[in-house]
Amino acid sequence: MDTIVAIATPPGEGGIGIIRLSGSKAVSISDRLFRGLSEKNLSGLEERKLNYGHIVNPTDKKIVDEVMAVYMKEPKTYTKEDVVEIHCHGGAISVRRILELVLSEGARLADRGEFTKRAFLNGRIDLSQAEAVIDLIKAKTDANFDMSLNQLEGSMTKKVRELQNELLSMIAHIEASIDFPDQDVEQITSEELKKTAKSVYSEIDTLIATSNTGRIIKEGVKTVILGKPNVGKSSLMNALMRENRAIVTDIPGTTRDIIEEYVNINGVPLRIIDTAGIRETDDLVEKIGVERAKEVLRDADLAIVVFDCSKEFESEDLAIISLVKDKPAIVLFNKTDLESKLREEDIAKMLKGKHIITTSMLEGKGIDRLEEKLREMFLSSEVEIGEDPVVTNARQKDLLIKAKENIQDALDALNMEMPVDCIEVDIKGCWENLGFITGDSIGEDIIDKIFKNFCIGK
Amino acid sequence: MSKAIEFFAGEYDIIVVGAGHAGCEAAIAAAKMGKETLILTMSLDAVALLACNPSIGGTGKGHLVKEIDALGGEMGLNIDRTMIQSRMLNTSKGPAVHSLRAQADKFEYQNKMKYRLEDQEKLDLRQGEVTEILVEDGVARGVKTRTGATYRAGAVVIATGTYLKGRIFIGELNYEGGPNGFFPSTELSDNLRSIGFEMRRFKTGTPARIHSKSVDFSKTEAQHGDEEIIPFSFMTDELDMEQIPCYLTYTNEKTHQIILDNIGRSPMYAGDMESVGPRYCPSIEDKVVRFTDKKRHQVFIEPEGRETAEMYVQGMSTTLPEDVLLEMMRSVEGLENVKIMRGAYAIEYDCIDPTQLKLSLESRAVENLFFSGQINGTSGYEEAASQGLLAGINAVLKLEEKEPLVLDRSEAYIGVLIDDLVTKGTEEPYRMMTSRSEYRLTLRQDNADLRLTEKGYSVGLVSQERYRRYLEKKSSIEDEMERLKNHKLTPSAEVNEYLKSIGTTPLKTPTSMYDFIKRPEVSYDMLAGIDMERPELKKEVRMQVEIQIKYDGYIKKQTIQIGQFRKLEHKKLSEEIDYSEIKGLRLEARQKLNDIKPESVGQASRISGVSPADINVLLIYLEQQNRNRSGRE
Repeated sequence: MDTIVAIATPPGEGGIGIIRLSGSKAVSISDRLFRGLSEKNLSGLEERKLNYGHIVNPTDKKIVDEVMAVYMKEPKTYTKEDVVEIHCHGGAISVRRILELVLSEGARLADRGEFTKRAFLNGRIDLSQAEAVIDLIKAKTDANFDMSLNQLEGSMTKKVRELQNELLSMIAHIEASIDFPDQDVEQITSEELKKTAKSVYSEIDTLIATSNTGRIIKEGVKTVILGKPNVGKSSLMNALMRENRAIVTDIPGTTRDIIEEYVNINGVPLRIIDTAGIRETDDLVEKIGVERAKEVLRDADLAIVVFDCSKEFESEDLAIISLVKDKPAIVLFNKTDLESKLREEDIAKMLKGKHIITTSMLEGKGIDRLEEKLREMFLSSEVEIGEDPVVTNARQKDLLIKAKENIQDALDALNMEMPVDCIEVDIKGCWENLGFITGDSIGEDIIDKIFKNFCIGK
Repeated sequence: MSKAIEFFAGEYDIIVVGAGHAGCEAAIAAAKMGKETLILTMSLDAVALLACNPSIGGTGKGHLVKEIDALGGEMGLNIDRTMIQSRMLNTSKGPAVHSLRAQADKFEYQNKMKYRLEDQEKLDLRQGEVTEILVEDGVARGVKTRTGATYRAGAVVIATGTYLKGRIFIGELNYEGGPNGFFPSTELSDNLRSIGFEMRRFKTGTPARIHSKSVDFSKTEAQHGDEEIIPFSFMTDELDMEQIPCYLTYTNEKTHQIILDNIGRSPMYAGDMESVGPRYCPSIEDKVVRFTDKKRHQVFIEPEGRETAEMYVQGMSTTLPEDVLLEMMRSVEGLENVKIMRGAYAIEYDCIDPTQLKLSLESRAVENLFFSGQINGTSGYEEAASQGLLAGINAVLKLEEKEPLVLDRSEAYIGVLIDDLVTKGTEEPYRMMTSRSEYRLTLRQDNADLRLTEKGYSVGLVSQERYRRYLEKKSSIEDEMERLKNHKLTPSAEVNEYLKSIGTTPLKTPTSMYDFIKRPEVSYDMLAGIDMERPELKKEVRMQVEIQIKYDGYIKKQTIQIGQFRKLEHKKLSEEIDYSEIKGLRLEARQKLNDIKPESVGQASRISGVSPADINVLLIYLEQQNRNRSGRE
């Protein structure tokens, strides 16, 4: 089994943060990072005791953080594998740096619920709990699966996709020339390959550098406000922000795709995703299209759906309803100050189990009830903060680094004049690592591209 | 009103329906493995017919032939006996994608294969059209023919190719017909449907055959075979024969104009044909319409045999009517006065959705009924033969109540082929390509014997003689690798002088011969001058040693990946599992898993619509079952 790592403490500002490793290399990886008193490494100290020491970056020998660490040899551990816990200072920066070092030493970021899965598969957890384990892992991996599709925001995703396309064209060209050698396919020269590989290399390098710049990462319930034009979405935003101090952050590296507004409501941190500016255009669904709205929603923890009850029910309303059916959501019946043409019961029937609140933004009515409901849902875990952005960021960076190594290998192989089918292995590896970021897998894509781009066949 | 009176015609262990490339392999394998076997064909003149191009092998396909041979199949031996030209393709690329292709004398190819069937002990070859599969209590028990004959058997292998409800398309005309002027099979398809198989309709096509004396070869480029012929079969020591060239010419803008002017007369464009054709075999009208910027397309003119004037025109398959065909061909340089001997046509046929099969190629609906070849939605002689061989082997193993022979994706292209078909199905006639393999650098054509001889031997298809030769080759490779690892080159003046003379940089520290061969500019043979203890080795051994050393880094990486891959392949799933009862699986996954009934978690992970989360649920479920079982014991 490979060695996995995760942040064991919940996201947010805490006094300490714990990074946990499990697997056969857990101890050896930690040994390369941990310096205890008298320069001892972790395995040189007593097992199952918290030991004082420092995490030192093996490359520049600089101290990263002052920590307490413990190692536990298999089988008497949670996963029945070797387990290491590193207790460092809380807050995103220290936790993230240590996580990144552990990854660069060869661990893999754990999938959600993977520690528990291993515990079960290794016989640690009682059989009677099997169903609970299935539920836990399913819920978490499903979320994870969806997350991966939308981990990077805006222009970042676009950039990665562009790189994937460049790589795919290279792969398809190589494959076409391999599988159809006498078919008039122009041979791709190693000069062309080198040129593209170099440009991909430097693009990935830039992306890695961007992920290092001190981007402000804030946690919060990722919230999307949905509704037709002029139902009162902008008034809602303004109301939430007037009463609660909002921080507007333009995420570096993105153009104007996504702006996030952080609002703290009754102690509930919200990350309101303002896609292409809800306030300016006032019509998320129409402006960006149902497909994009779906994408944004997939990544969201909560949807707030706004209906204008002074208007007749329309097909767009139906589209919105079907989008949020499976999401935690609050439904607002706005404009109660006007004559009502929409019946609450009808909507309630279509959105079973969703909370409905009547509001009048104009008269400032109902906002307090909305805020109270948000708090209630948060405390009862009906909505939860999705994957810790620190982890998301570390995952992306780790994959980008791997992709960079792949393309470096391809360049080395090109310089060694290795045959093109060997070089293709590394180019494909690069594509696949980028694919883990965007959630794409290669499969039939190559073959489709071959037949699309090349006139092939007998 | 005429009718056939039914009668009992004989009893066999195994009956093979169809004597194309799949059927021949299946029948010979079954008989060689000791089973009384009957092979039925609609026409004895169509045995092992090369219905389209007169060649065997090519990229990916050549790999399949080598694998068939290593397992003890026939195709490699038969093409070695009947080839008229041989080329190793892709020699400018790495050894993993070198691919052997031979032009066949297609008449000889048929004759020799037919005689091979006739000569095989325990095998009966018989003409007859099977119209019905006898199924009793969900088990295949024999077949019925059009003339009323009932043959009983323990297992049946269907290998009917493109004959089922075959329909020929030529321009505006279409009619019932099989390939190459043979009759179609009209009843069996409905019988399979009534047994419960889901059928679909595919199409394929073939270009015209022309008279060699009507071609002006001076206006074409001759394409000669390789000087040194590398045989397909491990058992063919050396091949020497007079080779016949192929010829290359091109279409031109005039050709394209003729096609475009008449495009409405092509049934595909007129909308008369709705079946799915292969993308890698586009008709000439497709090429012209889709790639408008290409001013010319290649046309290869290939001999169909030594003693025939017929030539195959590769690159010009079409469904345009005969008058347009002639005009179009005559616009091509070298073909100005061409005489057509057989026209071009497209053929539509019934085949099954292969996801109804197990990895052994046995159908899930009917026990002891196996399917192989084009009826499974593939295209190509080599793809068909591969499946036929495995279906034949597995039919025998089934009767002997043994585990089926299933090759996985890391063991053979045949494994990739069958896994793709059974797990993912196919939306077009499936052709093997090297890009379909995840482990291409490991699945080379040069090591097919090393990968698969052992397996062929264990099922009883590989002869003692072949096995002995295989063991000999294997150990001499291993010995030599070991020797090269231990043999150090020291940086003496003499050695460095030699290294300079062969154009590589001198040594500074002692280096093993093994590591030294990794240098890109150095080859194994080049070092003979300073390797005094070198044993006398056969060429294929030297080549194997060199490949294994040079690509060591890549092969090692792939070996690790294969290890990962096999972990999930070894987690077996029982056919009995009802996925609708497993809590936690998504609805789509439940349906797909119940449809495909994967044999391992690995196979399940390749089904579209099964997510990583579902795979986790399956792993937990399996562990739960294991513990329940061990709890009871």
